[in-house]
Amino acid sequence: MSIRIDKEKCVGCGLCMEVCPGNLLKRDYDGKAYIKCPKDCWGCTSCIKECPRNAILFYLGADMGGQGSTLTVTEEKGISHWQIQSLNGAVTTIDVNKKDANQY
Amino acid sequence: MKTRYITTDVLIIGGGTAGCFAALTLGRHKNLQVLIAEKANIKRSGCLAAGVNAINAYITEGRVPQDYVDYAKKDADGIVREDLLLSLSERLNHVTDVMEKLGLIILKDKNGKYVTRGDRNIKINGENIKPLLAEAVKKQKNVTVLNHINITDYMVENNQIQGAYGFGVNEEIFYSISAKAVICATGGAAGLYRPNNPGFSRHKMWYPPFNTGAGYAMGILAGAEMTTFEMRFIALRCKDTIAPTGTIAQGVAAKQVNSLGRVYEDKYGLTTSQRVYGTVMENRAGRGPCYLRTEHISKEQEQDLYKAYLNMAPSQTLKWLEEGRGPSEQNVEIEGTEPYIVGGHTASGYWVDHKRQTTIIGLYAAGDVAGGAPQKYVTGALAEGEIAAEAVAEFLADSYRKETKEEFSGEQKRKAEAKRQEYENYFANKETVLDTEQLEEAMQKIMDEYAGGISTDYQYNEEKLKLALEKIEALEPLTDKLQAKDTDDLLHIYELKERLVVCKAVIAHLRARKETRWHSFGEHMDYPKKTPEFETYVNSKMIDGKITTFTRELVQGGSVYEHTN
Repeated sequence: MSIRIDKEKCVGCGLCMEVCPGNLLKRDYDGKAYIKCPKDCWGCTSCIKECPRNAILFYLGADMGGQGSTLTVTEEKGISHWQIQSLNGAVTTIDVNKKDANQY
Repeated sequence: MKTRYITTDVLIIGGGTAGCFAALTLGRHKNLQVLIAEKANIKRSGCLAAGVNAINAYITEGRVPQDYVDYAKKDADGIVREDLLLSLSERLNHVTDVMEKLGLIILKDKNGKYVTRGDRNIKINGENIKPLLAEAVKKQKNVTVLNHINITDYMVENNQIQGAYGFGVNEEIFYSISAKAVICATGGAAGLYRPNNPGFSRHKMWYPPFNTGAGYAMGILAGAEMTTFEMRFIALRCKDTIAPTGTIAQGVAAKQVNSLGRVYEDKYGLTTSQRVYGTVMENRAGRGPCYLRTEHISKEQEQDLYKAYLNMAPSQTLKWLEEGRGPSEQNVEIEGTEPYIVGGHTASGYWVDHKRQTTIIGLYAAGDVAGGAPQKYVTGALAEGEIAAEAVAEFLADSYRKETKEEFSGEQKRKAEAKRQEYENYFANKETVLDTEQLEEAMQKIMDEYAGGISTDYQYNEEKLKLALEKIEALEPLTDKLQAKDTDDLLHIYELKERLVVCKAVIAHLRARKETRWHSFGEHMDYPKKTPEFETYVNSKMIDGKITTFTRELVQGGSVYEHTN
């Protein structure tokens, strides 16, 4: 499990490099972010929450049963919209209200 | 490397759960200058990066703090510090109140009372718990946060803490930080053993892979006394994603079942270690895989579980959706993780007095790095941060006596220069055929095969442990030859060195406890039963480069431990 940065969308703001709890995201020669060692990602999703351009995609490695889907999250008015896109393009959205506590 | 000398009153190493709460507490003492040195960024660093969805240590209505002590003591089969457990239990609800005031969402019933999950838990939305804490810390005028600094060693003079050394993770800067008191809150150690997913997803583990045992290693090397490293922690988790199981087990009352569909948890017992052991044994008997039985849950519950996991372990929700079958349609497969050393769940860590002072004067420990008090969880770590911070304020009020030394002495500068040179040597080293990654893999393989990792069902014996030590010691000198091309490489070299020191302590402790008290957590095959003789702590100290173990009497029945020697 790891992340992939969409270089088209990345604006090189550096927020993900600042927040990563493993210091894994670095600035590339083009000024944009890249993950130096994808194997070192813990999967905490801090970077995808931080990215203002929705440029970071989270995925499960094949060794964990990953099938190529990617996960992103955007936030508006206290709602987190989690989006899962499968390899064939199908999109599932799950909205989580940040004011709602876990029921379990 | 450029050099930066910094002077502060209090240095907090690690801005995770305990470190941030200690800083927040010291925010009330405006006369004290406080500095947090954090390896990453306090906004998301430490155990709470992805969030957490329950407060698992809380004194619910009708319960008292002593009940929590009794629970933790039973779970650890007696090997706990009752004084430490009681003092943190007394603060669990208070620190929860503080977090709620900072904005933490806690589930309430229609009468405004917290909704409980079991005897000790309350339900929250903890996705943003770490940003809330970090925000509160930043508002403290007397607290400075230095993000992206890796601390590697303490400065100690005549067994008194003087500060610490470190380097910039992103910049070639050497830091020499002088402090009158230090709170170590670096967390525990992951990555000692070969993990569940050793390939591409090697860091998909329960504990933060970035918690590399720095605090333990610094303490061991400085001669601090440590306790109970033989009580390893192994988490029972969802297979592959290593996501939490408690939310399912407690939230939708899912029992542990084997491949025959039989509930097996009551056969082995319900303590934390017995739940892992039962799963190991069922697999060994050919009745694996093991599951949490969820096929009975409703579609609505399933949707709620998707959301719950997005708030703390998004991998699991993604896995269910990718498989096209959620927990209502398939039971959740479970497995034990590799062993971790973590004082917040088991009892490994610094041997501290009731105020959390270590055996080094002026050095305090809080959270996962502090020993003796298992089952701390988040609130216990917050409570210990507060206890340590209050003790430091008291210590400095006493010893504030001494003049503030802004100038560094010649001796201090000479020592700092030697440490800077040690870092520089790695930049000067030539590239060899061995690199940090290879040595880390070698260490994890040794620990897995000879010191009771996943592949041996967590079992070991004296002969294997002897070999483990020999092999780990053979790796140590190789680290001196590693080359760092940049500070990122230097970080990984020091993380490896820290882990090797912790491995040696783990092996020494496993050898010293000649019994099996907690299945799986410590499964000594030469001594497969527990014995009354070991109703005692196993403690250790590094003496002349060797970890020396000894025992200490249990602190129990209302007595409070103070350092006397």
